[in-house]
Amino acid sequence: MNPITELVDDSFIFIVGISVILLVGITAAMIYFVFRYSEKNNPKPDQSITGSTTLEILWTVIPLLLVLAMFFYGYAGFKEMRSIPPNAMVVKVTGKMWFWHFEYENKKTSDTLLYLPADKDVRFELQSVDVNHSFYVPAFRVKEDCIPGRTNYMWFHTSQVGTYDIECAEYCGLNHSYMLGKVIVLPESEYLAWVNKVDTVKKVDSVKTDSLKTVLPKTDSLKTTLTKTDTTKAPVNRKDTTRTVKKDSVMRKENK
Amino acid sequence: MANEILAREPNYLEYQGKHKGIAGWLLTLDHKRIGLMYLMAIMVFFFVAMTLGVLMRLEMLTPGETIMKPQTYNSVFTLHGVIMVFLFIIPAIPAVFGNFFLPIQLGAKDVAFPRLNLFSWYLYILGAILAVASLFSGSGAADTGWTFYVPYSIRSAQNVTMTTMAAFVLGFSSIVTGLNFVVTIHRLRAPGMTWFRMPLFAWGLYATSWIQVLATPVIGITLALIMLERFLGIGVFDPALGGDPILYQHLFWIYSHPAVYIMILPAMGVVSEILPTFARKDIFGYKQIAISSLGIAFIGYLVWGHHMFVSGMSDASRIVFSLLTFLVAIPTGVKIFNWVATLYKASIKFSAPFYYVLAFIFIFSIGGLTGLVLGALATDIHVTDTYFVVAHFHYVMFGGMGIMFFATMHYWFPKMFGKMYSEKIAIIACTQIIIGFNMLYFPMFIMGYMGMPRRYYDYLPQFQGWHILSTVGSWILVTGIVFMFGNLLYALLKGPKAPDNPWGGTTLEWRIKGLPTLENFEEIPVVTGGPYVHDRPTYIMHPSKEIQHTNGDAKKAEKEGVSH
Repeated sequence: MNPITELVDDSFIFIVGISVILLVGITAAMIYFVFRYSEKNNPKPDQSITGSTTLEILWTVIPLLLVLAMFFYGYAGFKEMRSIPPNAMVVKVTGKMWFWHFEYENKKTSDTLLYLPADKDVRFELQSVDVNHSFYVPAFRVKEDCIPGRTNYMWFHTSQVGTYDIECAEYCGLNHSYMLGKVIVLPESEYLAWVNKVDTVKKVDSVKTDSLKTVLPKTDSLKTTLTKTDTTKAPVNRKDTTRTVKKDSVMRKENK
Repeated sequence: MANEILAREPNYLEYQGKHKGIAGWLLTLDHKRIGLMYLMAIMVFFFVAMTLGVLMRLEMLTPGETIMKPQTYNSVFTLHGVIMVFLFIIPAIPAVFGNFFLPIQLGAKDVAFPRLNLFSWYLYILGAILAVASLFSGSGAADTGWTFYVPYSIRSAQNVTMTTMAAFVLGFSSIVTGLNFVVTIHRLRAPGMTWFRMPLFAWGLYATSWIQVLATPVIGITLALIMLERFLGIGVFDPALGGDPILYQHLFWIYSHPAVYIMILPAMGVVSEILPTFARKDIFGYKQIAISSLGIAFIGYLVWGHHMFVSGMSDASRIVFSLLTFLVAIPTGVKIFNWVATLYKASIKFSAPFYYVLAFIFIFSIGGLTGLVLGALATDIHVTDTYFVVAHFHYVMFGGMGIMFFATMHYWFPKMFGKMYSEKIAIIACTQIIIGFNMLYFPMFIMGYMGMPRRYYDYLPQFQGWHILSTVGSWILVTGIVFMFGNLLYALLKGPKAPDNPWGGTTLEWRIKGLPTLENFEEIPVVTGGPYVHDRPTYIMHPSKEIQHTNGDAKKAEKEGVSH
């Protein structure tokens, strides 16, 4: 198991466990009182009960300790999420309406499909060239936003060979729900073979600057299928779009 | 006594002032009539936004296109959010029931600034018209989500400016109402009504009003900046011009998180009204409940960052915001424990409004407790921006504020309209609402943990089973709500006359005979004790007559008080 996945699931179970106990306790007490102290069963209410300092202290202090424990659990998992192993491999992830673009350490790139070797720590450098996106891999329990003009990071450990969903979790317009992808975790040898294979698709250099100028296209005209992430874009009058956006952050290739 | 009844002034519905007919409403300065005008407008928008919600659920029934295109879906969830938040949840309880009952509960003739009160209703209507107009004008309804996150909201070709303008105007309406209530509570309490003799509904409104006055300007400025950014390209938020999208998120949530407490605190106030009435005993821990409202309002200011745990905010900020977020759970917990404890050794009269409150405590507890999952950093990073969040805030907002809005309607209906509804149907409808509600929203927790992101027009096949369950739940819920309102509407037209104090309430509004008159009280009452004391009278309704012969006082006051 992946250490982050385990920590997230453990804190989830811890918090939900305590919550269920509290919920059942509150509900059971409520239902019991409603029957036990109904007009019929208890015709005369006890008007002398108006509060209890002891109880108030108890139900302030005990929940306080419980939530501090929850905070700590959450913090411990978070610490792990933010402590990147020093020898982690790096993948640059660029979100773009509405597909994912990946750049590996040897400058090889891929769209939508993210290939990774099994049992490796991977650090992701997250960027966006247009609007906010969020790189979310539910199987690994992590996500982090891609915000234009800055680089965020996250990491996870690819444990087993397999295919996992990538989703965009920050609303980004028309085809937000089609901004999907897959993490394909391969045995290391297969991964190396893939990553070292020279791309057959031609890289078009001129796209570099063009693709940085983005604007929302007239959205109704767009198609909405996963495989055809739309490339329609019109240059925008916005001055100096490139100022804050990293030059080499995006390289558009056609999906086949 | 008989002469008194004959000589009674006309009630607020019959009253004929300077203006007659419809103008008597549109130009009224009576807080009760203004409250009813809010009620009518708010109900219209509630049903519009509810219909949009039902359409969304219908779209989610199957993957791919079910009934609408993605662009339509994106606009529908944006409008559902904007209308529900700005036109229903924020104003509903304060503007309708706060307007109607706050002055009465305080023993006042009206709010402090009646003209300002009417003005805020017109601002509300203006904002509402703008929101609706943005649907049909320009290039189509906004598609940004109710959060208007930049840079998308700057770049969207849709009619975002008008929708933000609508929210901007509605913000002013909210500020004006809040200001009015703060001054009313400070200045217009009846003689003898000390702070700790105020009903807890007034405490809830007091905490709410301060948030409205202090936090709403922030969203006003932020939305204004978006409009400037769209028109002039000033570059505060747009990264392409050197702006910072994270700054927008901070400014947005500095208001919008406290706004969550604007939504829930008045609802909590009504819970504290209804429980002692039906428990027929004093509330447990009055002071703790009153102070916890202020505690929630205060800590609520300091936790906005928990909406941004994956935005790229610094790790240190995330840790601090997480810790503060957990602290806000404490005063909320204190309230729930005190409410349940109120039932201990009570003598419970089981009626429709009480049943709605029980539903509230159960559903709101789920909402609150799942908030802990979102407050903890590790789990939040996994479930934020998924259906888990959608489920959580519907449990809190709809299960909390929405259900309490229904409870409030049922509780004060007899005093507002003088008619009685069928309690049996109200209870059946409530049961249906509880079932439909949980069926609609509970699967979303599961989907969220499985990784179903929110605001998705389409979804991966593994989620379909849960989506079907949820959509069927929406049908049950909505028919339950229609059933419930049908019952109230029928009562309004054909219901039997309601008694003066059908539930045995102890606060001032129940001491009024029949419907309130224009000035609520023939004479400003004198307050001699706490609001929920059942075994002795704590209000002197006609001080000029009663204080003279103190011997007859107790007996007479007892007659006027609770009948049992």
